[in-house]
Amino acid sequence: MVSSSLSETSPEPLVADPPAQQTEQHGQAGSVLTTFLRLHTRGEWSLIGLFLFLGAVVIPGLNLLPADSAFHFPDYLIPLLGKFMCYALVALAVDLIWGYAGILSLGHGVFFALGGYAMGMHLMRAIGTEGVYRSELPDFMVFLDWKELPWYWYGFSNFGFALGMALFVPGILAYIFGFFAFRSRIRGVYFSIITQAMTYALMLLFFRNDTGFGGNNGLTDFKRLLGFSLQEPTTKLGLYVTSVVVLLLAYLACRYLVTSKLGRVLMAVRDAESRLMFCGYNPHGYKLFLWTLSAVLCGLAGALYVPQVGIINPSEMQPANSIEMAIWVAVGGRGTLSGALLGAFLVNGVKSWCTAAFPYLWLYILGAMFIVATLFLPRGVAGLLRRQADSRTGETTG
Amino acid sequence: MNRDIPEETIDQGGSPSMAHVARPGLDTSHGVILYVENVTVSFDGLKALNALNLYLNAGELRCLIGPNGAGKTTLLDVITGKTRPDTGTVFFGNNLDLTQLSEYDIALAGIGRKFQRPTVFHGHTVFENLELAMQANKKVWHSLLARLSRKQHERIASTADTIGLIDQLYTRAGLLSHGQKQWLELGMLLIQDPQLLLVDEPVAGMTHQETERTAELLVSLAGKHTVVVVEHDMEFVRSLARTVTVLHEGSVLAEGNMEEVQSDPRVVEVYLGA
Repeated sequence: MVSSSLSETSPEPLVADPPAQQTEQHGQAGSVLTTFLRLHTRGEWSLIGLFLFLGAVVIPGLNLLPADSAFHFPDYLIPLLGKFMCYALVALAVDLIWGYAGILSLGHGVFFALGGYAMGMHLMRAIGTEGVYRSELPDFMVFLDWKELPWYWYGFSNFGFALGMALFVPGILAYIFGFFAFRSRIRGVYFSIITQAMTYALMLLFFRNDTGFGGNNGLTDFKRLLGFSLQEPTTKLGLYVTSVVVLLLAYLACRYLVTSKLGRVLMAVRDAESRLMFCGYNPHGYKLFLWTLSAVLCGLAGALYVPQVGIINPSEMQPANSIEMAIWVAVGGRGTLSGALLGAFLVNGVKSWCTAAFPYLWLYILGAMFIVATLFLPRGVAGLLRRQADSRTGETTG
Repeated sequence: MNRDIPEETIDQGGSPSMAHVARPGLDTSHGVILYVENVTVSFDGLKALNALNLYLNAGELRCLIGPNGAGKTTLLDVITGKTRPDTGTVFFGNNLDLTQLSEYDIALAGIGRKFQRPTVFHGHTVFENLELAMQANKKVWHSLLARLSRKQHERIASTADTIGLIDQLYTRAGLLSHGQKQWLELGMLLIQDPQLLLVDEPVAGMTHQETERTAELLVSLAGKHTVVVVEHDMEFVRSLARTVTVLHEGSVLAEGNMEEVQSDPRVVEVYLGA
């Protein structure tokens, strides 16, 4: 064998300490807990702790103060923040597939909406006979003069079943779609365009009254979830806290995934797919796994979203909605999970403020944000923050 | 030469969990590891390969030369499953029909390839590049739970040592020099431990010194592995001093050692022009 003689010619100094990420792999069996704790550095964990503390303890605490207190957190902001948590979950899902595997989906609105519809169907069934027409059937079915429940509505009065469907339906759609698309080696912009077509096609389908999901108006007028009235502030608070916790758990799961070997394989799919194939990996399987997982996360976000906003209709499947999801990630910084979360909060925060202050300008501002991010911030706001942090500490690698 | 590839070259990863990914036994009982027979590939009527026949003995080091457009890279594409031949058969050992397998199945079966342009995972460190290339179960679920054993760590380190990148183990591959990327890709081939290595222009962009070391490395691999080198650099081919196959217009024009080939009037004509 050739000896290590070539290393003498290398000009770079010896790396004294391998980065933490590498040493972690030395761990023999390693308990689940240590694996878990190694997902982040101590500083990052404290940030996560702070997020959880603020999101799930401080804000709910302030909200529970009497309404006349100066520190009272207004009720109307709670569902709004809850909505942001759902959007952040979507951004996480989009970033997973776009930032890590390089597959830009412009159809994630469909998975989100399908999750939302599944939960909406449960909420419709939970209304019982309290609807306008005092019927067992949802109001829109009575209005359409339907005599009995369509077969695909069976089971949705059960919360567990509906929640399962909110994950399963987007998952199976993504699996079938991805199976054919990846097997046919459809990539890049072609894939993105097909996902747009998919969301558009499903939107048209859901607009039809005959499809059986309330057509144009969608599903709304929900009364209660698991026995709790959706009008009650405490129910809204509960949903919000649930969203915070689910988001955090999803984030940690994604973090585990992208720091595992699977994550490294996916990044290799993004950077040099053919090389990966000649290393013996089947990239289609990896893409399909991630694509399906991403859709399931979106479905979960949709299921959390609908009880908080009180309505789901086909406009959620508008192609523009899916594009906006991609913009959240682009602005925040794709390829970093925290960037995706940041982008979702940032863009939606600006949107909430903007659409109230000067609604006609919102789309221009959104477009401008996207252009600025594309031209000047290839790694998004997260990349900018990281670069500044690095230059302050004098680090060269990140 | 009639030898079977010994078992230990297949499973150098060493960890018991890797035993089940050992390749299905490759039958090279006739001493031939690759049979390319009567292969034709045409692109828009142009025959990139024209009824080509090529046989490789297990353990040999073969150089493929030929003018531009002779079909060298297309031949590697056919062997690795990237291009499907219009006609003809490609067998790995006596039992594996490569025309029926996907790129990744062919890679798992034990054929490694180095591209003409160095192709490494730019966003990953040298360590991670080698980790990904290393023999392991490469299915999705295994990757999700994969942890490197101490033996695998050592294997990565020793490979990095062999390719002279031990000091750049945690450097991102995108930051390496061209020559270093070439070496990294060679290292990824080594750690993949294929029985057949297809190396496309390994010394392009290398310094004279690096070229010499590459030749040394390739020669040291022969015997245990079968190596095919595609190269333009005649000096380099001569330094390998093995059987040379000359391709021209998609067929084999001549085969033999360097002297025989160089004195062949047809080869001279092809290279110097009629």
